[in-house]
Amino acid sequence: MTDLTNLTVAQIRDGHRAGDFSAVEVAEAFNANVAGAKALNAFIVETPEHALAAAKAADADRSAGTLKPLSGVPIGMKDLFATNGVQTTAASHMLEGFVPRYESTVSAKLWDAGCGMLGKLNLDQFAMGSSNETSYFGNVISPWKRNDGGNAALAPGGSSGGSSSAIAARLCPAATGTDTGGSIRQPAAFVGISGIKPTYGRCSRWGIVAFASSLDQAGPMARDVMDCAIMLENMAGFDPKDATSLDMAVPNWEAALSSDLKGKKVGIPKEYRLEGIDPDIDAMWDAGIAMLKDAGAEVVEISLPHTKYALPAYYIIAPAEASSNLARYDGVRYGLRDLPQGAGLQDMYAATRADGFGPEVKRRIMIGTYVLSAGFYDAYYTQAQKVRTLIARDFEQAFASCDVILAPTAPSAAFGLGEKTADPLSMYLNDVFAVPASLAGLPAMSVPAALNREGLPLGLQIIGKAFDEQGVLNAGLAIEERAGFNARAEKWW
Amino acid sequence: MSDYRIKGETGEWEVVIGLEVHAQVTSNAKLFSGAATAFGAEPNTQVSLIDAAMPGMLPVPNRECIRQAVRTGMAIEAQINKWSRFDRKNYFYADLPQGYQISQLYHPLVGEGSLTIAADEKAGIPGDKVIGIERIHVEQDAGKLMHDQHPTMSYVDLNRSGVALMEIVSRPDMRSPAEAGAYVRKLRSILRYVGSCDGNMEEGSMRADVNVSVRKPGDEFGTRTETKNVNSVRFVMAVIEGEAKRQVELIESGGTVVQETRLYDPDRNETRSMRSKEDAHDYRYFPDPDLLPLELDDAFLAECRESLPELPDAKRARYLAAGISPYNADVLTAEVEAARWFDTLLEAGAKPVAAANWVTSELFGALNRMGRDISDSPVSPAHAAELLGLVADGTISGTIAKAVFEKMLESGDAAGVIVERDGLKQTSDTGAIEAEIAKILTANADKVEQYKGGKEALFGFFVGQTMKAMQGKANPQVVNELLKKALG
Repeated sequence: MTDLTNLTVAQIRDGHRAGDFSAVEVAEAFNANVAGAKALNAFIVETPEHALAAAKAADADRSAGTLKPLSGVPIGMKDLFATNGVQTTAASHMLEGFVPRYESTVSAKLWDAGCGMLGKLNLDQFAMGSSNETSYFGNVISPWKRNDGGNAALAPGGSSGGSSSAIAARLCPAATGTDTGGSIRQPAAFVGISGIKPTYGRCSRWGIVAFASSLDQAGPMARDVMDCAIMLENMAGFDPKDATSLDMAVPNWEAALSSDLKGKKVGIPKEYRLEGIDPDIDAMWDAGIAMLKDAGAEVVEISLPHTKYALPAYYIIAPAEASSNLARYDGVRYGLRDLPQGAGLQDMYAATRADGFGPEVKRRIMIGTYVLSAGFYDAYYTQAQKVRTLIARDFEQAFASCDVILAPTAPSAAFGLGEKTADPLSMYLNDVFAVPASLAGLPAMSVPAALNREGLPLGLQIIGKAFDEQGVLNAGLAIEERAGFNARAEKWW
Repeated sequence: MSDYRIKGETGEWEVVIGLEVHAQVTSNAKLFSGAATAFGAEPNTQVSLIDAAMPGMLPVPNRECIRQAVRTGMAIEAQINKWSRFDRKNYFYADLPQGYQISQLYHPLVGEGSLTIAADEKAGIPGDKVIGIERIHVEQDAGKLMHDQHPTMSYVDLNRSGVALMEIVSRPDMRSPAEAGAYVRKLRSILRYVGSCDGNMEEGSMRADVNVSVRKPGDEFGTRTETKNVNSVRFVMAVIEGEAKRQVELIESGGTVVQETRLYDPDRNETRSMRSKEDAHDYRYFPDPDLLPLELDDAFLAECRESLPELPDAKRARYLAAGISPYNADVLTAEVEAARWFDTLLEAGAKPVAAANWVTSELFGALNRMGRDISDSPVSPAHAAELLGLVADGTISGTIAKAVFEKMLESGDAAGVIVERDGLKQTSDTGAIEAEIAKILTANADKVEQYKGGKEALFGFFVGQTMKAMQGKANPQVVNELLKKALG
């Protein structure tokens, strides 16, 4: 019998529907993989019983002829989504032990669609990080190793590092991620899987622990493009509880998937050619251009002139919003409370927040507080918002002459754990290609395209027009079909 | 021009006053959550996940709160901004779950407007005065700390957390406590007419931050202090009086006024410093990224405008035009319930002047006696109109009307029923009246002599005697005429 954990979401769904296997068999197979992969530290909480219960319901629904769109598919849930009755921590000490009495809109939609939950996936604390090294619950380890014979533990990317590691290691066929400045795309690229951040507003933010509200966007991570389409269809949709939610119908992305790009134009932004970048990255990019041409697309050079200001603007806007969004973690109503003997309110705030937040979260709160302060606001925050407007305009103008944009997802392959933690700036640079689309609120995805000379996966990024997830998915599919990427990490855990 | 002055050792000082009034928006739900807003509920029973700022919760604007603020803006003839935005005001406090208040700093919903306070000679307001209103913005209220529940801990009640407030910011246009008092009363009246705030100051639905500075007349503005959360008209006036005196004494003794926030202690009738400008918070205002800018379309604005009732100034003008005295017009328009009652009375056919006199004296007097509001008056406008109608058409006299009204208050019966039942109809039967007059003149021959001799004041005596003999039911006009004839 085939190893059920090698199946994609579509294969599980269809195989279950066809009666090839039961949902319980699928859930048990993934539960076993999860239980056997502690070394990866991909999960903060494992919920095998939740996966099994959903599987039993799926099998019953099959007998009753009432199958749901994702009946029988177990998934991983990033621990940034509030899950009713299941601890939700944002990988922080601050929320350790916090059990919400409510369910995020996105996770509720997935459960309604028939999915089961294998567990809550580890992440960078409050989604702040690019390597999953800021989690209070320990680093997530990538299943990948370099081919240099060494045994260096590699970063799975971040902040959705638990999601990426778990999918690459076959602990779940798909998972939710959130992307504020690359947190879906960069980890997907690091472990050789696909992930899409839809247009800002497609997925409700209700019940997702906020990092930077104007940038946060949920999206799926999975092994291939079709699975991303299937998952996104079941996550997206207007939510009156989120004032920034898009009031638009959710297209049938899966049904409209097509890798035929005849008549489509692909823009190649010249500003993304970085001086001194890893030649493997450029080579992958060139190969990607050739693949899209092969799929019938016309390739045009475009310019996104304000690209170089994107990262600095992002690291003003995101921390500014975070500094305010995280003010609610004060020890008064829920989560950690550190009340030293004889302490007053201010002491309680200080002790609780000093203890509850990790160093990266504190750094960003400090940056955000600084850039919003009287006397600095105009020089930083106002200026950054202007840059954001210019970047959005760059894209608008570029999309006058192309349908999608192709670029690398990240400037390097996965790096070793600990390699960048001493230098936050070099860590932030990892998001250089991902951040512009976030600032503009555009749909963007990463698809695995090649292995570099160290044997590590590299991802290509496709950025689309607002609301054109279909164009992004189709271009992704064209690359997927031509890249033939089927490498996987050898099991060592 | 107000001539209110503080007399100091160095001469006279003028007081400059600006008010920021926080008015709780009348709405069943909070500004950004569906939680209820009823006053006086058990602590923490009207708190949604959003109000408690649970992780991942998001605000969604309540359209009714926005609508009420827009209608209020229209009522003070203010500019309504079709594009406005919510900002976060960041500070830590235990009654502020989010760690920020959602407010509007940069782009308020309502811009420049004004209201007029009426002349009041006795209060030192010689003429009508227009007070500028800079803006109205919408914001969340905070929760409430309770310090008396536990020996070492404070408790938090979040029922009020997230309730919608309008902050109505005046220009520094007021120059005396009386003007400030008149402004608050007028504003309260307008809010209650519009229905956007119940104006209940005891329950905290309306409270004012009072900005006061002093200067020598003609000088530049002095440094102001702000006294927070003053919750009655009387206290607003007391704060201004006390604070102006304090500032004058301070300056004249060589000190300087520092810009600071002060608190009013009603028990001691004095203000004390809360914090100075130096340790003022840096609120780090920035646009709330959870909310899109608020854009109002023409249809919404048109609906807001059409739904506005007749406002106090317009109503007062209408009453004056109908011949009602300025005093009665003021009394009748001050409270929206009274004005509505009176309008219903007019609609039922009562004559304006007589009706105004009757309502302000008879009805208000009776309600006062019974300790009741006009909203639960035992006599309906329809019954009152009937009573006034019986007087107007001569069926009963004014004196009998008073007696009938008393019976109406007791029994709740209609005036006509009482008059019929008790036989109170006024008579114009000249024969009966003449017979009584003849008797009276005979019995009082001496007085008739005196009257004829020039003592005309005795005419009233004969009228009184006749009315008494007729048991009050004689038509006074007829009595007058017949007496004149009989006395030649």
